[in-house]
Amino acid sequence: MKVVNNPISKVDGMGLVTGKPAYTDDLASSNSLIVKVLRSPHAFAKIISIDTSIAEKIPGIECILTYKDVLRKPFTRAGQCYPELSAYDKFLLDEYVRHVGDDVAIIAGTSEKIVDKAMKLIKVEYKKLDPVLDYLSAEDSETIVHPEDDIYTNIDVGFNKDKNIACEVNFSVGNLEETFKKCEKVITKTYKTQAQSQAMMETQRTYTYLDIQGRLVVVTSTQIPFHVRRILSHCLDIPRRKIRVIKPRIGGGFGSKQTAHSEFYPALVTLKTKKPAKIIYSRKDVFRGTTSRHSMKFDIKIGSDSNGLIKAIDMKGLSDTGAYGEHAQTTIGAAGKKVLTLYNKVDAVRFSGKAMYTNRVPGGALRGFGVTQGTYALEATINELAKELSIDPIKIREMNMIKKGETTPLYNMTTKDASDDPMYMDSCQLEYCVSRGKELIKWDEKYPKIKVSDKRVRGVGMAIAQQGSGLPNIDMASASLKLNDDGFFTLMTGATDLGTGSDTILAQIAAETLKIDVGSINVYASDTDITPYDSGAYASSTTYTSGNAVINAAENMKKLLIKYGAKYFNTKETNIDILDNYIINKDNNKRISLKEFSNKMIYDYPHMQLLTTGSYVPKKAAPPYMAGFAEVEVDLETGKVTVLDYVGIVDCGMVINPKLARIQIEGGIMQGIGYSLYEDVKYNEYGRLMNDTFMQYKIPSRKDAKNIRVEFAKGFDKTGPYGAKSIGEVVINTVAPAITDALYNACGVRIRALPITPEKVFLKLNNK
Amino acid sequence: MKINLKINGEKKVFDVSADEYLADTLRKNGYLSVRKGCDTGSCGACTVHFDGKAILSCVMLSLRADGHEITTIEGVTKKAEKIGKYLVDEGVDQCGYCSPGTIMSILYLEKCIENPTDEEILHFMNGNLCRCTGYVGQLRAIKKYLEGKK
Amino acid sequence: MISIKEYVAPKTLDEALKVLESSKKATIIGGGAFLKLGSINISKAIDLSKLNLDFIKEYDNKIEIGAMATFGDIERSKVLKKYFNNALGLSVKDIVGVQLRNMVTVGATVYSRYGFSDILTCLLSLDTKVSLKKQGEISLEKFLIEGSNKKDILEKIIISKDGRKASFKSMRNSKGDYAILNLSVSKKDDTYLIAVGARPNRATLAYETIKYLKGKHIDETVIKKACEIIEDEITFGSNIRANKEYRKGLSKVLLKRALTEVVNYEN
Repeated sequence: MKVVNNPISKVDGMGLVTGKPAYTDDLASSNSLIVKVLRSPHAFAKIISIDTSIAEKIPGIECILTYKDVLRKPFTRAGQCYPELSAYDKFLLDEYVRHVGDDVAIIAGTSEKIVDKAMKLIKVEYKKLDPVLDYLSAEDSETIVHPEDDIYTNIDVGFNKDKNIACEVNFSVGNLEETFKKCEKVITKTYKTQAQSQAMMETQRTYTYLDIQGRLVVVTSTQIPFHVRRILSHCLDIPRRKIRVIKPRIGGGFGSKQTAHSEFYPALVTLKTKKPAKIIYSRKDVFRGTTSRHSMKFDIKIGSDSNGLIKAIDMKGLSDTGAYGEHAQTTIGAAGKKVLTLYNKVDAVRFSGKAMYTNRVPGGALRGFGVTQGTYALEATINELAKELSIDPIKIREMNMIKKGETTPLYNMTTKDASDDPMYMDSCQLEYCVSRGKELIKWDEKYPKIKVSDKRVRGVGMAIAQQGSGLPNIDMASASLKLNDDGFFTLMTGATDLGTGSDTILAQIAAETLKIDVGSINVYASDTDITPYDSGAYASSTTYTSGNAVINAAENMKKLLIKYGAKYFNTKETNIDILDNYIINKDNNKRISLKEFSNKMIYDYPHMQLLTTGSYVPKKAAPPYMAGFAEVEVDLETGKVTVLDYVGIVDCGMVINPKLARIQIEGGIMQGIGYSLYEDVKYNEYGRLMNDTFMQYKIPSRKDAKNIRVEFAKGFDKTGPYGAKSIGEVVINTVAPAITDALYNACGVRIRALPITPEKVFLKLNNK
Repeated sequence: MKINLKINGEKKVFDVSADEYLADTLRKNGYLSVRKGCDTGSCGACTVHFDGKAILSCVMLSLRADGHEITTIEGVTKKAEKIGKYLVDEGVDQCGYCSPGTIMSILYLEKCIENPTDEEILHFMNGNLCRCTGYVGQLRAIKKYLEGKK
Repeated sequence: MISIKEYVAPKTLDEALKVLESSKKATIIGGGAFLKLGSINISKAIDLSKLNLDFIKEYDNKIEIGAMATFGDIERSKVLKKYFNNALGLSVKDIVGVQLRNMVTVGATVYSRYGFSDILTCLLSLDTKVSLKKQGEISLEKFLIEGSNKKDILEKIIISKDGRKASFKSMRNSKGDYAILNLSVSKKDDTYLIAVGARPNRATLAYETIKYLKGKHIDETVIKKACEIIEDEITFGSNIRANKEYRKGLSKVLLKRALTEVVNYEN
């Protein structure tokens, strides 16, 4: 292999770092109308009256839209394949506002100043309603977040709006009660997680205009261009062929842009005024008006024998989906499906999950997508079990975790349209990940703790995790390859590079298949008019799903090159080979460069454009695995926890680009450290956000990063492109449970709710 | 109101309003490398040099820049490309949104401290947030760049 | 959202004061970094950056810091490094990032009496005076309690070069965050000054603790007693960063650490 498994630099890297215009706002025409959204100050209210007449008179105001001016047609903003698992519970604008920051009116004018002025002059009279702010008691609340009758779900997901239930997910194997009875050790623990902000550096933003044919062009910072086209078509009631969605370079996503947000408003304005329009979300808009990670609570009961062999796990999860059910079912589902499958030696297992509507900012996708929450709770509980049985946490993993070649019926149960054939985890390298991590962190020297002084103590902790690689039998990707004259290819893909480097990785995969250099491939991506369909950049799907589609397109291209190569050399197809940008006739060792060949194809004989397409839908779960090890230092006087070292060993199959994959791991671990120690989207008693700026909401800074060390297991999954599995999400999952146990090992303090603030640690240290 | 500035060595006159911020003025006039990430002076994406010092253009009123020198990454292309290569080589270019601001801070760092220690690099760069990389790779790149200059 | 109608950059302090007094909604703009957090309408924004107030000057018996000196100037100042064990430099160094510190000014921080401020706590533990254009020199202690009596312009602050040893301590969770609590101790002869800030209310002196420690030889028992006094006398509050119980506990830890450090400096 030459091109794959090489640390190639990102094709767009130099342009990006030196500040070349490439992002949505850089591309918007300077005469775009400025669009802003008036947002609700109340957590739950009904609009009694809304008067825009004074605001509309301000010179430069082009249009102001309220719920009276837009179509009422329920939909979901969640970027999922149709039919979505998320309830159709959102309207373009509604007379009810269901969270602080919910949209009330759209204002468009010729400058930001004019729009700001107009916004202040819109008079809204609200009837305040009692909000549901606690998801733990939402089911029995007198308040119904969605009293309207015209919302629905496309698929039965246990939606019961009268009880504020957005969805339920239940599955089980074996006889739980009987198994628990036979267990020598049974523990029950409760863990809670908080809302986290995706905190990508570029906020949501969209620029819209009508093209020469009057079609709506939507340039937007999104992870899901094709879903955006479908969602807009549905809620604006215009045919999909009249919409073109283009994703330029985007400044990070982390799931924030897997839900459509900023697209609706300028689209409505452009359709109404026929003028170009743009909306740039402020950071406050992001906090109040988009999504954050679902808060979840888990009650976990684990039974084992006295040696630590786990026999039964019962996991009950509750999730706060906020005002809308976007990604509600899939996140709480993933918290069970992609977590419990780690422990395949059990006789019985059950998962029951529920997502509740509340009057908080909706839950949404965020790297890890429920698996992060579920892994935290289960891994932390297993660490507690190890402690109660006086077994080394590594030992209990070695006894119970899934290993290479093993399976569990849960994989079949939780994979859409799966057959009854067992899905063996042939590529699982968890054993290596655990043993290598143990070695690197010097577990045997450091476990459980090292006393530095009377005031400072260090502890180590660990956890394991998995994720998916795309969604089997749901998400589909496709790619096209075009041979241009002069011998270079255009790789057209619907895949959506968020900055992760997927354009580069997909080019590597195409080059590998075609046995050409990667520089001969130009990538054009994420334009619904031109590039073939791809469900989008989510569910850790791009390398695996889109990568396989690229291979298929490239294999098809190869067939054409062989066919026409054979014609050119006037020989049998089996005599033709392609290598190093040449077509070779093995029969006589004559060769023609792709450059010369393509020029002949186009300008001479047979006057033909070669263009191929490939599609791919995953058939089998191909989870990446990881073992994470934290070493923390605890200040016993202040309760402050510092992560001194984090070791992450990842099995993502074959590593297509070690350089870019490494940064995925390092970045994911740091995001996990933020989740574990600092980040918490907080609300006051009225449901108002208390930290809706980066001044108050603190993601980790550079000084919080001590040592992060990562390595790859040598892996290969035969279903993956050149053996690759995913990497984007699995990397965040081990951090919180590993830090939680490292803290306990250091000083005996067990915190069962994130984030682990110095205050929580201090209070426990002083009230032991 | 009119302001006179020297941007990247060129004299410019801009018409700005009293409550306009420098990042907006710069973007409006084509300096698109200046990015806005937070609106509150908290993320560093809008870092430019003001009379040679790194500042946050999203919280500086444009009128305060009257009579001063501003440098954006567009004015230091050669140097930026040199640093940029190290970032790209290390794979920490990622989404790239924060990178121009980060490079402006690196340029300020090397101007202020000769042979900085790791601690000093982190301290100097702490105002530049990045959500993609986890920072450790950026530190590797910065160190290699500084080492490479010697 | 802020809106500003008019912007002036006067050339003299007198001129600046005149503009300030000309309108109710006239406001001095300091570093401007925190301006965006508020939602105010300003009729006239007065920029002091043309008044050469960005100095840090050393005299025989005092140091003067101009209102427009930035936290960056303080952090880098060779003069300030020589005194008070560099407590002032250390008190600003953890504030967000170097770019913000190049903008935030001493004058705006002192005049606004920000509760979250680190440097105010440090200054309060030194012999610091505030020099206002109209009201003249007022002790920082009094100014923090009473604020400015009238519309006035803070010209500079004056710190006695009285040979104090000082130690500033703060506790923050993420390194880029504001302090959950800060505390500063100074010692001259047999007298200690102790200031506590980010309570989250604005910094205050710990009078009872100061009284108790006067003339005492610092040992474990004395520190323990001082910690008991400080947690009782200071009013702590709760905000998004922490509850008052935690701040109370932290005050003892920071006091112990700062006292120990100051004593070590002395020896």
